[in-house]
Amino acid sequence: MNRPGEVDQKVVEFAELVGAVDPITVVGGRTQWAVGGTPESGTREVQAPAGIWSHEPEEMTVRCGAGTTLGELSEQLARYGQMVPFDMAAEATVGGVLSVGHSGLRRLKYGHIRDLVLQIRHVDHSGQIVSSGGPTVKNVSGYDLCRLMVGSLGKFGCIAEVTLRCLPIPAVAKWFTGVLDPFEIFNRLYRPSAILWDGNRVWVCIEGVESDVNAQASLFDFEEVAGPPSLPSGGRLGVEPKDLRTYTQNDEDKWVAEVGVGVVHSERPGPDRSINAVNRSLMKDLEKRLDPNNRLNPGRQVLV
Amino acid sequence: MVHKSADEKLLSDLRSFLGDRARNGDFELGLYSKDGSVLKGDPMIVCLPLNTDEVQQIVLACRKHDRPFLARGSGTGLAGGAVPIGEPVVIATAKMNKILDIDIDNRIAWVEPGVLNLDLSRELSPLGFHFAPDPSSQQVCSIGGNVANNSGGPHCLAYGVTSAHVAAVEVVLPDGRVTILGDLTPDSPGYDLRGLFIGSEGTMGIATKVAVRLTPNPPEIRTLLLDFADVRDGAAAVSAIIAAGLIPAALEMMDQRAIEIVEAFVNAGYPTEADAVLLVELDGLPGGVEHGVQVIRSVAESHHVGSVRVAVDDSERALLWKGRKNAFGAVARIKPDYYLHDTVVPRGKLVEVLEKVYQIADAYDLIAVNVFHAGDGNLHPILAYDSEEKGVLERVQAAGRAIVTASIEAGGVLSGEHGIGLEKRDYMGMLFSAHDMATQDLVREALDPDGFANPLKVLPSGSRCSDSFGQHVPEGAWV
Ligand SMILES: Cc1cc2nc3c(=O)[nH]c(=O)nc-3n(C[C@H](O)[C@H](O)[C@H](O)COP(=O)(O)OP(=O)(O)OC[C@H]3O[C@@H](n4cnc5c(N)ncnc54)[C@H](O)[C@@H]3O)c2cc1C
Repeated sequence: MNRPGEVDQKVVEFAELVGAVDPITVVGGRTQWAVGGTPESGTREVQAPAGIWSHEPEEMTVRCGAGTTLGELSEQLARYGQMVPFDMAAEATVGGVLSVGHSGLRRLKYGHIRDLVLQIRHVDHSGQIVSSGGPTVKNVSGYDLCRLMVGSLGKFGCIAEVTLRCLPIPAVAKWFTGVLDPFEIFNRLYRPSAILWDGNRVWVCIEGVESDVNAQASLFDFEEVAGPPSLPSGGRLGVEPKDLRTYTQNDEDKWVAEVGVGVVHSERPGPDRSINAVNRSLMKDLEKRLDPNNRLNPGRQVLV
Repeated sequence: MVHKSADEKLLSDLRSFLGDRARNGDFELGLYSKDGSVLKGDPMIVCLPLNTDEVQQIVLACRKHDRPFLARGSGTGLAGGAVPIGEPVVIATAKMNKILDIDIDNRIAWVEPGVLNLDLSRELSPLGFHFAPDPSSQQVCSIGGNVANNSGGPHCLAYGVTSAHVAAVEVVLPDGRVTILGDLTPDSPGYDLRGLFIGSEGTMGIATKVAVRLTPNPPEIRTLLLDFADVRDGAAAVSAIIAAGLIPAALEMMDQRAIEIVEAFVNAGYPTEADAVLLVELDGLPGGVEHGVQVIRSVAESHHVGSVRVAVDDSERALLWKGRKNAFGAVARIKPDYYLHDTVVPRGKLVEVLEKVYQIADAYDLIAVNVFHAGDGNLHPILAYDSEEKGVLERVQAAGRAIVTASIEAGGVLSGEHGIGLEKRDYMGMLFSAHDMATQDLVREALDPDGFANPLKVLPSGSRCSDSFGQHVPEGAWV
């Protein structure tokens, strides 16, 4: 149960560790450490508590320390035929993945990872614990600070504990490839899990019961493969899904796009994207309110 | 509060660009003093803008005259979110009801906030798409209201609530600036202000355009009605279906009293002798749907199901849903008034909390009817009453508080979809610590430092630093 005052002891200890004074950053699996830049030197590094604190298979929810690795999480959930489709490196931590806020490869079907978050407990700049969201699969109690935390690169607080929604692992998950028009595939398949495209070749992930997966796959001249291609990891940019049709890049660079989503994985970082002046002022104001002394991940930037 | 002369100045300022779409006649003021809840407020002026520009000018005029304002969609909200407190100007979006652009390649539609939820899905249907959130009030509620309340509906079990289906929102901020939160790319740069705004119940500004995501219509749909002689078996079956790894598109439950009332109203052939029914919908590709039907049959059998009825065609399916979607209206057959609650509990606690709901209703001498989104543990106990009865409102209120308390004690939350508004504002402390609420307020203030937008909602007054327009739920707010 998750009422005020019933915070896990490990969260309380983490709050003491974070304290209220010096510059601080939480280290996860360092799998996406450079996103937004690295913290200034002199910033104290701490680790969030790890471990699965409760998994209730019938509720399809799991509560864990933010330092729990995705590997540990998926191992536990898989025992009950469940998953949280983060689709990131096994060494990455739940808190780290949420702080960076990049969606996984199967976003086309499962949506953004922020929509899997039910409750977050974080330690704020003053060393106090803040809970937002709630433990149940549906909840609109209070302002949605969980959404705000996802993708905030730790600028609003140190995530200590997370409750996530779990999904059933589909009976069958297959990857297919072919040299085909990805947009036609997008329009004809019913809710595929991923469509990847490198400008020439397409990889498609289809999940469900065997007969549906096979029937969907038979609509195109596909060849079954073990999994997705290796993705260029130098950069990640986003365009409107329809703009992928005309997407071209420096020919020497490899890229793989998520069709229907608009994420492009490329070898080099994309251009910085501008934020309009009004939104920037609101975001700056939020930073000032939630971290008045600039002690949370100083040097790391969400607002480039 | 503000002097009469200032009000007249504000009215004439508003009329200078709205003409007779700025109103303060008794009829309008009466109409806009209430929403779908049992609360009542006091609007000062009602405005019916046509576009973003006009909304912006109204907001600027309100600021000039130091007058709060409140956005209103269709007024079906059940937590008093659209009840005007502190004599605000009501900005009703009813005339901003155009679907602006349907962008199939991006699977997005840009709509004005006054577009009705069902109208949007009807418009999209021939193109093979729909807007997934489908509140039971979808015939009348507005997309702006859905965004403000982060609304759900029966099919949100599989598809998620409004926040997952809105890519961007154009907002007139409480200081009159206009901006777009979010965008159509997968990672809108900066912090997720879009996600923060959705569900903020009109306290962070007024949505003037919404980019909603289009969901493809499923190729196959199967609707089943299961009846149980014991409500406990029905509730246990809900957990067992989910535990079997199946997430139906919808999984709704009705208790005995609801079945009786609904059947008398729609004649859908609901089994009136049953203690509970489950309405289950499966959608997707044919193999998955067929597999789901088998899983449900076998789970139902092991939970002593009476019968399993599978709708044979679209008209039977529509009939089964008609019962569910008209349940609240049908309650009028037993008592003229009702108070509809909304809490969420872990699915495994459904039976326990349902039993408490009946006990609470008995203790306060009220009638409880239960029709709810069982699949996600979202209870909707309806307390039916007659407001003419002396002292009944006090009993309804006390029973409501007891239901919320029982839900929280079972590990649940204050609201699954109707929001906090005014109704549950003072219950926030049951779920959040003072510091949690102070942090929420800090964030709210970043968007509305002076407390102009829908004042006195969501957070109890103690946690708000900027309540310039009064403090408590006013005496007499309960109708
Ligand atoms: C019979 C019945 C069944 C219902 N079933 C469901 C259900 O299944 N699921 C569910 O989630 N809800 C349900 N509801 C509740 C209600 O219909 C929803 O909350 C709905 O989204 C409210 O929309 P509205 O247009 O009526 O908003 P209103 O009631 O007019 O306003 C609701 C809130 O939104 C704010 N608001 C409205 N428009 C804007 C805007 N443009 N910008 C900013 N803020 C705005 C208001 O200030 C207010 O705080 C039901 C209600 C009834 C009466």
